[in-house]
Order: sequence, then structure tokens, then C-alpha cells
Amino acid sequence: MYRYDEFDARFVRERVAQFRDQVARRLDGSLNEDEFKPLRLKNGVYLQLHAYMLRIAVPYGTLSSRQLRQLALIGEKYDRGYGHFTTRTNMQFNWPRLRDVPEILDLLADVEMHCIQTSGNCIRNVTADHFAGIAADEIEDPRPTAELIRQWSSFHPEFDYLPRKFKIAVTGAARDRAVVRAHDIGLRILRNAKGEIGYEVMVGGGLGRTPMIAKTIRGFLPKTDLLAYLEAVLRVYNLEGRRDNKYKARVKIMVHEIGAEEFARRVEAEFAQLDGPAIAADPQEVARIAAYFAPPAYETLPARSARFETAKAENRAFATWASVNLFPHKVPGYAAAVISLKGIGDAPGDITSEQMRVVADLAETYSLDELRITHAQNVVLPYVKKDDLFIIWQKLVDAGLATANAGLITDIIACPGLDYCSLATARSIPIAQALAHRFADEKRQLEIGELNIKISGCINACGHHHVGHIGILGLEKSGQESYQITLGGDATETAAIGEILGPGVPADDVPDAIERIVSVYLAHRTAGETFIEAVRRLGLAPFKAAFLEKTHAPA
Amino acid sequence: MSTAKRPPLPVILLANDLLDGEVVFWTGASWSPDPKVALIGHDAETASALEAAAARALAANQVVDAYLVDITLDAQGHGVPNHYREKIKTEGPSVRRDLGKQAGLYNIVANGN
Repeated sequence: MYRYDEFDARFVRERVAQFRDQVARRLDGSLNEDEFKPLRLKNGVYLQLHAYMLRIAVPYGTLSSRQLRQLALIGEKYDRGYGHFTTRTNMQFNWPRLRDVPEILDLLADVEMHCIQTSGNCIRNVTADHFAGIAADEIEDPRPTAELIRQWSSFHPEFDYLPRKFKIAVTGAARDRAVVRAHDIGLRILRNAKGEIGYEVMVGGGLGRTPMIAKTIRGFLPKTDLLAYLEAVLRVYNLEGRRDNKYKARVKIMVHEIGAEEFARRVEAEFAQLDGPAIAADPQEVARIAAYFAPPAYETLPARSARFETAKAENRAFATWASVNLFPHKVPGYAAAVISLKGIGDAPGDITSEQMRVVADLAETYSLDELRITHAQNVVLPYVKKDDLFIIWQKLVDAGLATANAGLITDIIACPGLDYCSLATARSIPIAQALAHRFADEKRQLEIGELNIKISGCINACGHHHVGHIGILGLEKSGQESYQITLGGDATETAAIGEILGPGVPADDVPDAIERIVSVYLAHRTAGETFIEAVRRLGLAPFKAAFLEKTHAPA
Repeated sequence: MSTAKRPPLPVILLANDLLDGEVVFWTGASWSPDPKVALIGHDAETASALEAAAARALAANQVVDAYLVDITLDAQGHGVPNHYREKIKTEGPSVRRDLGKQAGLYNIVANGN
């Protein structure tokens, strides 16, 4: 994985020193809150309901064991012994004190981490496919591109004060596991007819109060043109995007208002007059970055592991976990293991410092010292020998991390919601917990199959509810929490925004409502048909009818 | 603060401590992390005094996000916020009863104020 060079290290240390000084000036009254707020946000410090919150960037979701151990230490020393992984693959701590933040930033810098641009109206942490470098359907590892964009966008002087936040995601595979079409810019690495590798550039996606699916504005962009083209997109947006109304300030609104074709025309015009070669990264630097993501030294192994097969035959719980939580690896004899942070009744994405250390140890011993964070708030051990899977699973069981539900109905994405977030209009975590308990039965989960439930505690949609097969949005209605249910959202290459099924329901009614929706699927599915396939075939009507049925409440 | 619409009486004044982020309540003399000692504004005069206290504390960089919250008195005479948002803010996360004020855990150091 990428390692800081001397420039990266100095850059991050200088920012820590700057922020230390800014905090001191805030505390001595030289800066008031209005002046300080944009500075703290640019360093990932929010004020939440109960305390400050610190958001730490995990670029393209890749972490080393050393880094995760440092997060464990920070969680213990400066927080409440746990952290929360977000849908942007960042880590959030819920209880830091402002006075401690400079110290925490120093600890992060010690392990080549930071909180820069995890908030504010700038280019945010770049995300990528969490199976980067290991998926068989991959054309190229997206992380060198993501790292290049991270370096280009960090403190980019022209784009430090955008109309609104700006999110970029990259996938290198045909199957989109990075939700690229729900980003301000989505990049998909592909090959053209000549066999050259380049990018499909999608612009104007996003969730929030006005959900949009990104439109392709360039079908094939040569790799060397990437930074100049991104600069053109950002410049068009920066100059013409709205600043008068924050709810209409995202690039998706501009793309929608002038149309993708006109937006593309303006970008191409800007791109044509830019000095592309001067903007493009030095090929040596590109090669230096790419070298960090070269495939690791895999062993030559048989595709079939006798040890793995025997363990599955002898241990049913392990066999279930293996059938659900493993992702096929492109290298024979290896697998990627998804560690679910969705234990039944747990807060989605939460992990204790103790669990972080267990995961860090497992990654160090069995996964070439590397792990990934997914946008679905889980962790991946990317380079595991099948021979080692059983022992890994045993250690996960001991740590309470062996829930076999990756991609199933209880693998729920949920934002922190009103239990922590000051923007939230309703709680998310208790809804996720209630649904997890309702559908806890392993056999039943497997019978239902792939089904993504995504929950947001407000219209900002951090929980990606718009692209959940079933989306749940928490709102306030007459002083009470109320939950709006959507159906048919899709976060993959066939991205779609879910449609609202009907009026909001109180928290207590959500599990029954979801149960009724799932029952329609089970009653009408054809052989092998997944939930989302059935929704597409059947349309909204039967689900809507079931949703609107009155719950048979006891008298 | 001065432009915000005053909520219905009775009210209390809460904020977050600048240094530590802890939710704090105006007692009439100082800021306390304990909601039980919050000064309750039963009348317009006291509510105005609470607003003035908020403005002073914001200007003095003691607290951030200070505002009045409408409450109902419980059996012990303590103010309980009427809205679920401020109720959670006063207690701690509803999904972690082991954390926050509800667990007697304060996120504030002794010399915070």
C-alpha cells in the first residue's frame, strides 16, 4: 500500500501544527466560532449532539495493521473505546475533546493518516472498490488513480472553496462496488476498442435531498488526461455552480439544470484550452504511486484447499460464514474475507478498540498486513489463504466478529442518526437493531438472499437510503420520529433511486412493514431471482399494496 | 441567539462546552454538565435572563451552540426536554445507555470552566 514520501509527511505535519495554532487561537478568543468552524471542519472536527466528533480519512478504504492499532489506541485514550466506520470508509470518533484534537492528529501523522478534507466544501476522501486488486472482473486496480487524485486534490488552491462538498469514487471493475454513480464524479476504468486503458467519466450523481444518478460525460478518457479533465470539471462547477442556496449547490443540480450534454460541452471547451501536459502528473510520480499497489508476492497454491474443505464439512457455522462472507480472489488458493460489523443488535459500523486490535493482528498474520474498509461499513481481509480461513474464523468468533451476513438482510448500512448526529431528524441505529433482531434467524436470512437495507437519519442520506433495495429515511413528523420507506434503489452499475412506498411509519412499525415487503418477494419470486430482480420485474404495485396494509395491532 | 424564536415556557438553557464538547446547562451562576441543576425559566423575565446568559457565554468563548429548550417538569421538579432530540442530547445515546450523562459519564475535565 501507499507510503508517504518526505513531502507527504511534511505536508501532514505542517497541517497539524497549523490546526494546533488555530485551536489555541480559538481558545484564547482570537477566533470566534464563525471564524473557527470552517477551519475545524477542514480538519474533520464536527460538533455533534453530545460532544465533538473527529472524522479520520481512510483513503480508498485501505488500512495497514499499524494504522488500525493506532486508531484503537486513539479510541481508548481519547474516546470511549470504540470508533465508527462510515459509508465514505472513514472512521469517526464520537467523544473527542477539542483540546485533545491536535494531539490526536499528531498520533495519526505518526502512522501516515490525517483528517484533512474529511469535511467542508472541498474535495473529500476519495473512495474505491474495496475488492481493488483482488477481484477477477477488474481491469486495473483503481487505487493508484484514487491516490493520484488524493494528492492532486489535497489543498488544491483553486478548489479549496467550492460551492459545496465534492465526492469522487473510482472503480476498476465491470461490477460497481464503489457506488460510483452516486458521486459528484464517478470514474470507471475500462478498455477501449484498441485495448487502451482509460476512464469512463460520470458526473452529477449524489444522494441527499435531491438524489441523482451520475451521467456519463466522457465515454473514454485516456489515462494521461485524467487530472486535466478533472480540473476542467471542477473549474466549470467552481465558476458556475450555485453559491446562493446550499441545497442547490452540488454539481448534480448544475448538471441537471443545464443538462449533461451542455455540461459536457462546457467541460470539453475548458479541457481543450487547458495545458494538459502541464497539469498531468509526472509519469515517474505516477509510476512511483502505482508501484505501491503492485500485486503482493502471492504463493503458488492449488485452487482447492483440503484444509478449508474439511473444516467446512466438519463445522456448519464455519461453512455458513464461508458461503456468505467470502469473496472469490483472482489468485488461486486465496480468498477475501468480509468481517461483518453488523452483529445482531450491534450499531452498524461500530468497532471497539479491542476488536480493532484483533482485526489488525489477523491482517498482519494472515492478510499481508493490509485490510480494507467498505462503504457498507464492514472490514475486508483481502489476501487470505484458504488454508488459513478456519483459524481466522475461530478468532473472529472469539472477538464477536464472525456474523455470517455479508450482503444479507441484516447487513444494514446505517448512519449514526440522532443518537449522535446534530443534523439528524430521527434515530437510525435502533431501527437497524430492531430489523437485525427481526431477521436474525440465519436460515431465514439465507432463504431471503441478497437484500440491502440502508437507513439514514435525515435527508442528507449518509446512510445511502436512496440506493438501498429497501431504503429507510428517518424524519420528524408532528414531534415524533417517522420513517419513510423506499423500494428499488440500487447502488451498483445498474444504479437507481428507490421510490417511496407510502406515508411514513412510526419506529415500532418498521419491522412489520419490512416483513410485509419481504413476504411479497418470497411469495412471488421465481427460481434464483434476487429481491431487487423481483422488484424490477413485479414493479412497485404489489409491494406498495402490502406496505399499505394495516398492521394487525393487538386490541 | 437573539434572533431565534423563544420556545414555549418553561425553558432551560443548554450549550456545548467549547473545550470539551460536553452538553452543559446554565444554573444561574455557572455552566454545569448536570441537567438536574439547570435553572428553569418559568416566566418571560427568567427566559430573557437565560438568553442574556447565552449571549454572554458565546461572546466569552465558554460555550458553543447555546439555545433555550422547552421542558416539562418531572416528579422531582427537574426539567425534561419536550423534544426527543434534546432529550437524547440531555441523556446520551439511546443505543448506548452505558455512555453519556445517563451513565454518569461526563466528557468534561474539572478545569473546563
